[in-house]
Amino acid sequence: MSARPALPPATRSEDLRDHLPAIEPDRTVTDWGRSERVEGLVDATLSAFLYHYWFRCEVEGIEHVPATGGALLVSNHAGALPPDASMIAKAIQEEHPRPRKLHLTVDTFFKGYPFFSMLVAKIGGVPAHPANVHRLLYDEQQLVLVFPEGAKATAKLYKDRYKLRRFGRGGFVEAAMRAGVPIVPIAVVGAEEAMPTFAHIGALKRLTGLIYFPITPLFPHLGLLGASYLPAKFKLRFLEPVRTDDLGAESWDDKGLVQEVADDVRARIQDELVDMLAKRRSVWLG
Amino acid sequence: MSVRRVLVTGVSTYWGGRLAQALERDPDVEVIVGVSPDDPTCELTRTEYVRVGTQHALLKRIVHAADIDTVVDTRLIVDSPAASPRAAHENNVIGTMNVLAACGGAESPVRKVVVKSSAHYYGCERDDPAYFTEDMPRPHPPRTPIEEDIVEAERAVDAFAHRNPEVTVTILRFANALGPDIETSHSALLALPAVPAILGFDPRYQFIHEDDISGVLEHATREDLPGVYNAAGDGVLALSEIASLLGKPLAPILPPWGTGLAAAALRRAGVKLPPEVLQQLRYGRGLDNRRLKAAGYAFRATTRETVQAFAEHLRVRGLRPAQGEAYQYERDVEEFLRWSPAVRGEDRLGLERLSRDQLAELARALESLPRAARLAPRGRSGSATLRTGSPSSAGGAPDAKLAADP
Repeated sequence: MSARPALPPATRSEDLRDHLPAIEPDRTVTDWGRSERVEGLVDATLSAFLYHYWFRCEVEGIEHVPATGGALLVSNHAGALPPDASMIAKAIQEEHPRPRKLHLTVDTFFKGYPFFSMLVAKIGGVPAHPANVHRLLYDEQQLVLVFPEGAKATAKLYKDRYKLRRFGRGGFVEAAMRAGVPIVPIAVVGAEEAMPTFAHIGALKRLTGLIYFPITPLFPHLGLLGASYLPAKFKLRFLEPVRTDDLGAESWDDKGLVQEVADDVRARIQDELVDMLAKRRSVWLG
Repeated sequence: MSVRRVLVTGVSTYWGGRLAQALERDPDVEVIVGVSPDDPTCELTRTEYVRVGTQHALLKRIVHAADIDTVVDTRLIVDSPAASPRAAHENNVIGTMNVLAACGGAESPVRKVVVKSSAHYYGCERDDPAYFTEDMPRPHPPRTPIEEDIVEAERAVDAFAHRNPEVTVTILRFANALGPDIETSHSALLALPAVPAILGFDPRYQFIHEDDISGVLEHATREDLPGVYNAAGDGVLALSEIASLLGKPLAPILPPWGTGLAAAALRRAGVKLPPEVLQQLRYGRGLDNRRLKAAGYAFRATTRETVQAFAEHLRVRGLRPAQGEAYQYERDVEEFLRWSPAVRGEDRLGLERLSRDQLAELARALESLPRAARLAPRGRSGSATLRTGSPSSAGGAPDAKLAADP
């Protein structure tokens, strides 16, 4: 299909942002499938409990999250069932002077897996597709959180904790450049210890069709109870934003520059993690 | 480009019929020719209906003989239960080939081709974007015969557009249609006592209201819109939202694994569940309709309003006659009404379609004629274009009578 000759292009000179659908006030579900009701329920119960009492989150640098306009949040990622995304979302809700909704890009695997498919969309997950990220950042001027390491990070074993994996192919930088929005790096400490993976069982992975089937301190021997977290102390540090709108026109076509920015963001998060870990005295008490 | 002589294929379909009705109201459109293998299913007053074979092989002769400048192709079958795969392929692929052959060529009078296509062009997959834009190619090869047909038909249209740069070619990719008068797999599913779903999935759905279908087709016919356009109402609803708007429970009766087997069992029980609908029930689909909006079309209904209107229709469904019963095409009656000198009434001259100023001008012109000429019998002396009046609206235009009989 890639060799398909294109029809004469329609006029796309004008900004299509003006033609976004109007918000229908009677609806409680957004066009992305995000449900106010389900999200509110999860936020008020599970997220609030984990944030305040279980992980006792400490937040630094929340002012680096812009109060208006689109921004791409980039974080390290960990845990067999990673809790870091909901803690970052909750941190913005709790600490930011102008709380904003956060959209989280999620591996498209989850869109194809029953129940995950329903739940993930309802609490603000969006399938990780460049077009989705662009629409959110550029057209809708939203906050989007990405984990460039992807499943490589959540599948990694406990012995490799806090060693950042490869940052994809720099697609997140390209997305931010196209939308002209800043990148806000985030370093999260604690998620690695909340649900560490010691080994993988390949046969059960294939049987269930999941992306991995881990052995954690509580799973699978405790069954569904094994999906609970250990009470590690969480620290979230939002770093100074990286501007992408001053890199010149069509900077996203410059693959070298894209890689350079991606490596820079990765290095900053890694340095910050090392700094935070050096100061941490206890995994559980911080 | 002015649109004066229009040919509508698939005039027996809901889409073609509604478009022809809309064009009939426009006095600037001189001639409307409707072709189809089947009889029209709605009342047409001045559209000339010509029955053609499924393959549309002789269309070129009609196009040339009637000096058609605009061809609107609403013939594509996009809902697989509507025809057998073989008949659908014949219509969708061979038919499209012949329609395009009729429009192309150096001496062709055709200056515009509008093709109705479907969002099934994009398919439904796990790794789809939340909103398809027109420039995105299909990410995976087609899964079902109907999708294959649509992709192949569009490819043919695309090639036609390249070979004939002087012709404005528009492809309209419509989302699932919903409305009281249109029957699709989805309207049948949503009319069930509970909305069937796949366990563990709540797909995103987008619909287009039936009035917007004719509206978009008409807009594309009148304006010059070269290229591909998505046509879908604003807003994307979750299936659970649709169920609650309809006031029905969501019934996750299809298992997430082995869905095909369960669907086969349901098909035996009479529930229409074609494979492309199963894909939508799993992954859903959204279209970016902004290019069409930027091209000047204002949608009359959002997806939510479309579903609400459909819910209202379902509540009073038993009280209204079904669409099929309301109109029956009878060739001899239509011939008589259009051509017989015995049919009376000024409206046969098409005067009710003239504006007040035009009527006044006509009256002045008549005044200036010698009296004898004015008394000549009207029925036979009118030219061919004046004889295509509407017999059904006799007495409906008092102004026309007043002005025409000074």
